[in-house]
Amino acid sequence: MTDLASYASVLAKSLLADPSPLATSRTPNDTFDIAVIGAGVVGCAIARRFALAGARVVVLEKAHDVLDGASKGNSAILHTGFDAAIGSLEAECLAAGHAEYLDIRERLNLPLLKSGALVIAWTEQEEGALPELMEQARKNGVDDIELLDANQLRHAEPGLGSQARAAFRVPREYLIDPWSAPLAYLTQAIAHGAEVRRNCAVTEGNFDGAQWTLTSSHGAFRTNHVINAAGLYGDHVDQTLLGRSAFTIKPRKGQFVVYDKPAFNLASHILLPVPNKITKGIVVCRTIWGNLLVGPTAEEQADRAHVVLDQGALRGLQKRGEEILPALKSHKITALYGGLRPATEEKHYRITRHPENLITVGGIRSTGLSAALGIAQHVRGLLDENWLDPTPIWPQVPNLAETAPRDWQSAGHGGVLCHCEMVTRREVIAALNSALPAQSLAGLKRRTRVTMGRCQGYYCAGALVQLTKDKFTQAMTVDD
Amino acid sequence: MTDLPSQADVVIVGAGPAGLAAATVLRQCGVQSVVVLDREDQAGGVPRHCLHSPYGLREFRRPMTGPRYAKALVKAAKTEGLSIHTGVTVTKLLPGPMLQISSDAGPTTLQARAVLLATGAREASRAERMIGGTKPQGVISTGALQLILASGQKPFHRPAILGTELVSFSALLSCKLAGIHPVAMIEPSERTTARRPIGLFPKVLGIPLLTQTDVTEVEGRSRVTALRLSTGQTLKADGLIVTGQFQPDAPLLADSCITVDALTGGPEIDQYGRCSEAGYFAAGNLLRAVETAGWSWAEGRRIAAAIHAHLSGLLAADLGQLIRMSGPLSALVPQRIAPGPAIGLDALQLRVNTPVSGTLCLLAGASVIVSKRLHSRPERRVLLPLPSYGSELAVQLNVTDPT
Repeated sequence: MTDLASYASVLAKSLLADPSPLATSRTPNDTFDIAVIGAGVVGCAIARRFALAGARVVVLEKAHDVLDGASKGNSAILHTGFDAAIGSLEAECLAAGHAEYLDIRERLNLPLLKSGALVIAWTEQEEGALPELMEQARKNGVDDIELLDANQLRHAEPGLGSQARAAFRVPREYLIDPWSAPLAYLTQAIAHGAEVRRNCAVTEGNFDGAQWTLTSSHGAFRTNHVINAAGLYGDHVDQTLLGRSAFTIKPRKGQFVVYDKPAFNLASHILLPVPNKITKGIVVCRTIWGNLLVGPTAEEQADRAHVVLDQGALRGLQKRGEEILPALKSHKITALYGGLRPATEEKHYRITRHPENLITVGGIRSTGLSAALGIAQHVRGLLDENWLDPTPIWPQVPNLAETAPRDWQSAGHGGVLCHCEMVTRREVIAALNSALPAQSLAGLKRRTRVTMGRCQGYYCAGALVQLTKDKFTQAMTVDD
Repeated sequence: MTDLPSQADVVIVGAGPAGLAAATVLRQCGVQSVVVLDREDQAGGVPRHCLHSPYGLREFRRPMTGPRYAKALVKAAKTEGLSIHTGVTVTKLLPGPMLQISSDAGPTTLQARAVLLATGAREASRAERMIGGTKPQGVISTGALQLILASGQKPFHRPAILGTELVSFSALLSCKLAGIHPVAMIEPSERTTARRPIGLFPKVLGIPLLTQTDVTEVEGRSRVTALRLSTGQTLKADGLIVTGQFQPDAPLLADSCITVDALTGGPEIDQYGRCSEAGYFAAGNLLRAVETAGWSWAEGRRIAAAIHAHLSGLLAADLGQLIRMSGPLSALVPQRIAPGPAIGLDALQLRVNTPVSGTLCLLAGASVIVSKRLHSRPERRVLLPLPSYGSELAVQLNVTDPT
């Protein structure tokens, strides 16, 4: 029970906490050390890294909330980078990101499901490709892998379709919470004085040889350095500020199907296919919240803002999922979602330090969640400036994962509000009053998981409308 | 509200029409401690949010609005001295029977001689129907619509309504009462699911009824702007009410030792409402989606009589035989017939999974108990007399060519 008691006290503290304990009052003429453009997972991790180094950081996000672009939808896997290009920056950032997540997660109260992954060959040709992939994994420093023949594979995952021929196991591929992690990074940055501006689009920039003046929908910001972590708009931001961009974003859509909680037990590993040149392929894995997901698709599109789900692709995922795990046929789908990967013309990360005190962090296509902390270390290393190192503050974020005690298991939670995801009234109120309060139902979903379950709001919509009245910039209801 | 006890004679999970009716009857039978739990803040169940008539014809012999009906049910239960605990969530069903519970007071357990599961049903979500497109606000179920309207707010001005079941017309009425103007009712099959005269509503209200049409995609970023239809048309609307296709709200069963019926998604029961795990009973829309409040209420009363018999030691442990079945059926309740007294459910309830014409037979061994012509559609009630325990039982629906 001490676990639960301490958990409840964390929540209580997050309710009462001053949003930015180290924030000092700032006059308009003040200059930031670092302006991060874009509050996706990469921008959040970079803001944290520089704030921890003592820099004065401002994060400018054009959307109404953080994590509203590419970071909105992904497969929530913490990758080792076993299949990254050998010796690439991506491989380096993945290894460093994976290690740092494991190092800091307990201090931030972030969850981890140690599932491991299986890279499964379904055809003779794929089976033939396994040795080379295993060699690649070893060269990437992931040497705790092992080959499984058909029998061993069946033993490891009894639910697999009969076509599965062989696999290799990657033990340190894990499952994490894709929203709580970046929220924790940014919350820690805020605790170190970072400022976050939402609904804040950078429209113009001027570099005077020493400093930038950024013009935005929130007025002007002076900063010594700019870090472009604008994801799906990374090329646009480079164009706006530098008048040039080394790449063009080519959004690649990924759609996912999520199964209801009873499907969680159908597989224990992350089930990966043998990747091809374009994509890692369709994955079947559990989620940290107790579901099972199938996806993503990989579809190029011009639109950077809209993810349009289509029945054909979703049914295709459902079919592929049932081939991988035949028992899925009798399981229910509870949610559909999609994300856009900020791919470029080339596969590798596009991280460049420009002479104009601007670092572009672009082309973080599909490994951003796993690599973000490593990317932040790398970007920090590109600047040789030093600030006064503060003592780190470790704010704990509320746990939403099934791997650790949830709020509904403690007392004083005010009742369970979302019955499918077991979200309490206290959790919702905390998310509405946190350092980065939810300002829309979408933001509240990511912070608490309300309405994300099987009923999709059938039971809790009324209570949510009442609780969130006048709290959202995007209201759940319309005016007369 | 009084504190939750740690044990009771009977615990009823769900304070809707079925649960409250059963609780009331049990008290009238003289059962001492009957505890009713509901996870919502108020007792009464789904009718609480249906602001229109008619409810209560069967129970109170007059037409009532949903909220008034719900209040009357709660009042009748309280008159019998029942304690109703709201804001209490059952998190796990254990053998015993024993319930794990979460509430503001902290986690606890509750032991009972019998537990009645009456957790009701919910509508299918947008995701379950695989409706594509973007994910703006304003795509909601009838349940969510009514909850939002009950709080005095409006989720949209001009939505479309998907589905033509009874609940779809409930959504339509709720909109009209709130000053919301639906732009169309959309039905994938060739005609409305609800029977006349209700099926004539759209015509009376001047709302286009689009049959043989489905919604394939939702358009809009933060709010719905339009709907793409399977006919290729685009319909301007600022919301979508995804109605009906009810299913038992049974996640507690998935994580328990109680056998789930693959057809209904609810528990497998005998005519006494007994589940596969000793001491657990079920009634109401958890058994099969979906029936009216009045039907669920009557069912709650019948199962309460069986629970009383169980407490008095009048029911043998034998859960009897499964009824075999064939044909395009989506529900057969009860699934088992047990030996014992003539109490509990008095009919077999069936549903078809597609519009059919055919012959429906109930067989006991080699003899035909009933053989009748059947024309039905999904979501409509079909009844057969309850057979008695003994010879092997079977229900057959043989589809004939409608020509």
